[in-house]
Amino acid sequence: MYFQSLDALLHMDGHGVFVWSAYLITSAVIALILVAPGRRRRRFLRQLAGEVKRQQAAAGDTRGGD
Amino acid sequence: MWSFFHKLGSPPWLYGISGSILRWLLPLTLLALVTGLVWGLLFTAPDFRQGNSYRIIYIHVPAAVVALAGYYVMAIAGAINLIWKMKMADVAMKAAAPIGAALTFIALLTGAIWGKPTWGTWWVWDARITSMLILLFLYLGVVALYEAYDNKEAAGKACAVLSLVGTVNIPIIYKSVDWWYSLHQPASIKFTGESSIDPSMLYPLLLMITAFYALFTCCLLMNMRAELLQREARTNWVRKLALAGGRG
Repeated sequence: MYFQSLDALLHMDGHGVFVWSAYLITSAVIALILVAPGRRRRRFLRQLAGEVKRQQAAAGDTRGGD
Repeated sequence: MWSFFHKLGSPPWLYGISGSILRWLLPLTLLALVTGLVWGLLFTAPDFRQGNSYRIIYIHVPAAVVALAGYYVMAIAGAINLIWKMKMADVAMKAAAPIGAALTFIALLTGAIWGKPTWGTWWVWDARITSMLILLFLYLGVVALYEAYDNKEAAGKACAVLSLVGTVNIPIIYKSVDWWYSLHQPASIKFTGESSIDPSMLYPLLLMITAFYALFTCCLLMNMRAELLQREARTNWVRKLALAGGRG
């Protein structure tokens, strides 16, 4: 490891603020683009499952009413 | 060969195969990203002129490289959609745009953060930086244009045309540091001839570039899967999948 202490790693000779903020914001953006599509897909599947079940129930009712 | 293209046009097949690719590609991508980040942050020596601020290149350069590569993916998918009316190409194009925008944003932002301690300014209206900003607007333009149309087919065509016209910007970005006098340094990594970067810095950088390509691929596939399901909502296989709770 290049840095002698945790303090040196955080400070990076005065460049720490720049380096760490760049890494933090990048990590946040990457986390967002990794998580968003999965959430969208699962939310859609949940909604569709509800819709299909309602339709099936409605179809069952009409058959029962005949 | 033709059967492959035929399968590529089949949504259930694409959904299944992309799921099994993601199962191993996603963990590998995360591993490569974390390894590259730790390597670049902790185990490399500082640059003798820039000091520690240069460590930002381990995210700046990969993000910029893949943001450009992503534009090719988007524009080529757009062209395929226009010429052969392949629906999957349209799905790929729509999936690529937000990821490209995110990567371009990372490249611009980390460039600005790096510029402050190194050049003494956050921003200059220099050829490379301005053309990257235009790239961001092109990506965002495609995202916005998709949302603006109710008719998916018309939206796909309009976005394909926009992204194809936007490809004019790509060689400008590549060549901007050579054509104009610029604050931005020219390329340090060359495929032909000696790279002007020390191997101890080059290897973690190459790892990060590979990791960002893999990241783009993962996000592209995941976006395509979400988009595919929504477009195929009326088909039996998607309805079965929804009832099975997404597993099937």
